[in-house]
Amino acid sequence: MTEPAPQVTGSHVATTPDKKVDEARRARTARRYAAERRFEYMGLAAVMSAGAFLVILLWTIVGNAIPALTYNYVSLPINLEVDDLTQTNAIEYDFRKIVRAGLTEAVPNVSGRRETRKLRRIISSGAAIELRSEVASDPSLIGKKSDIWLPLSDTADLYLKNLMGDITRPESQRKISDSEIGWIDDLKGQGKIETRFNSIFFTHGASREPEMAGIWGAVVGSFLTLLVTLVLSVPIGVAAAIYLEEFAPKNRITDIIEININNLAAVPSIVFGLLGLSFFLAGVNLGWFTIGGFFPRSAAITGGTVLALMTLPTVIIASRASIKSVPPSIREAALGIGASKVQATFHHVLPLAMPGILTGTIIGMAGALGETAPLLLIGMVAFIVDIPGGLTEPATVLPVQIYMWADFPETAFRQKTAAAIMILLAFLICMNAFAVWLRNKFERRW
Amino acid sequence: MDAMVQPMTATATQTETETETETVKIRSRDVHVFYGDNEAIKGVDLDIKEKQVTALIGPSGCGKSTFLRCINRMNDTIDVCRVTGKIEIDGQDIYQPDVNVVDLRADVGMVFQKPNPFPKSIFENVAYGPRIHGLAKNKNDMAGIVEKSLKRAGLWEEVKDRLDEPGTGLSGGQQQRLCIARAIAVSPSVILMDEPCSALDPIATAIVEELIDELRQRFTIVIVTHSMQQAARVSQETAFFHLGDIVETGFTDDIFTNPKDPRTESYISGKIG
Repeated sequence: MTEPAPQVTGSHVATTPDKKVDEARRARTARRYAAERRFEYMGLAAVMSAGAFLVILLWTIVGNAIPALTYNYVSLPINLEVDDLTQTNAIEYDFRKIVRAGLTEAVPNVSGRRETRKLRRIISSGAAIELRSEVASDPSLIGKKSDIWLPLSDTADLYLKNLMGDITRPESQRKISDSEIGWIDDLKGQGKIETRFNSIFFTHGASREPEMAGIWGAVVGSFLTLLVTLVLSVPIGVAAAIYLEEFAPKNRITDIIEININNLAAVPSIVFGLLGLSFFLAGVNLGWFTIGGFFPRSAAITGGTVLALMTLPTVIIASRASIKSVPPSIREAALGIGASKVQATFHHVLPLAMPGILTGTIIGMAGALGETAPLLLIGMVAFIVDIPGGLTEPATVLPVQIYMWADFPETAFRQKTAAAIMILLAFLICMNAFAVWLRNKFERRW
Repeated sequence: MDAMVQPMTATATQTETETETETVKIRSRDVHVFYGDNEAIKGVDLDIKEKQVTALIGPSGCGKSTFLRCINRMNDTIDVCRVTGKIEIDGQDIYQPDVNVVDLRADVGMVFQKPNPFPKSIFENVAYGPRIHGLAKNKNDMAGIVEKSLKRAGLWEEVKDRLDEPGTGLSGGQQQRLCIARAIAVSPSVILMDEPCSALDPIATAIVEELIDELRQRFTIVIVTHSMQQAARVSQETAFFHLGDIVETGFTDDIFTNPKDPRTESYISGKIG
């Protein structure tokens, strides 16, 4: 670069090779290659550190989540030969007494109020409920004495999974007492404790009891919410993109619309939550009447609508980019043989833009699936035990469930949190994989 | 400049009544095209005769393609583009508000610079036009139209066994002939060609040029070309555009052998352009 031009061309003539020029050029080439190599190494280092962070993330999550996938059950001799239990009242019968009796039978020689109370702590407080559903599904158990597997308490389960921390600490500094450890070890020695797949986690809704808490309520809530988001944001977003890209005149108004769509995509999601709170839930009072305020609190339809507002800019921007990338020659070809603008758009442009639109939509949906903040504001953070049965019923969603569990003090919820994160990640990966698959399947060349 | 243009148009209008068999298909009068504030075409008067090949030549940016795209109103798709003046096809002013652009474009087909088949099958490429215009009554009818169009475009023998294959899989020259077949499938009376051979190799170019010569039997053809030789080979009439204006029009033989305007002469002899 610093070389005067004639010298460089002089070396091309090459009848009398100029050593000085040759050296300068070689040095320059070496510098260029060195710069190239440096950049390559930097890029490699960046990729490797990103990969390392990913591995650490997955390692911690999966490592924490694996214990939550199994649970320890104890086999208790359950006596259902009681007078006041019949087929008809089984659904509302209080099985607590029967469970306690079974426990006393399994672990005899426990005396004193304190010790008895400790003994009761090794079995889940939901064991009676589990027993009830067991009886409900198999009424032939009534009137018989049989061994039934019931969930242990979360502390007992954690002890068996070796997640209690240091159990050599003094008794007062740990959550499980010496006598509890003794009984559990004893039962285990008798083969009365078994590790099973944790089906409760995958079929139950939320609960304060860690062993009774499941993810299914949040999964259903997320599904219903995303359904609303999809149904609202895709038709509106794609139609808006088509109009703006193919039909709208390019003037100041469309410029302003475009800028605002781009701005909306960058608006923090919590702002959309506030919008949902003040408009959908509270309503805007205009003096003589109120706009909005007709949405149910904590419901999937409200959450889905708020998330649709949040996803719309993403869908519009992705769809516009995809429509824009269809070569204009295709439009000209269609218009040139007398297709109307709508025909050219729907017969030729849209099919070619579809993979991009779908990819953008799915990525927007994946973002909505992981969104927490706006849903906190519209009440989807409420403690909801029941699995939502419809769009207007109170529901919660996966990320909010994770947020709530992460906040609970019981140690067992730590594993639940990690397992819920794993499930959320699995959904996200599936959605993104689906987007990639769609793109590859429908990608056409022209 | 006007003084130089006038004798040409004057003779054209004078001889019009006497030009016996050769009827004027497209008549443009005082056509101006503006892109925003920029005037791309400055008052073009041109008569294009029926069932002849008229070549529009001139240096890059002289407005010949812009003028071509006025004839089927493709310029409508450009927001900032504004056309004034009058273009008549068969005596009908195509810029009147009651003219249906869709019908106009079915009557005035277009072939573009770069072959642009739809990313669909060869059959679908040709069948699309007849389908949207409702020209075929049934499947057999459609197959007949497709076959006829491909035959007229000289492509039938090469593709008859693979009509289901994508049109984009053909070679460049075949793609361009497919585009011609697509244009003639809706039975237009005029075909506009915007540098149809500029993306083709010499052999494909020769085939397309031969085809253009055949198509002249049925269609009025207006072709924009950069190549003097091509204009000389395929056209009967030539219009020379320069800086948005027509400098000279006339029989191709006259323009190339005996140009009246010094600018035409310097362009065809390679001094400007």
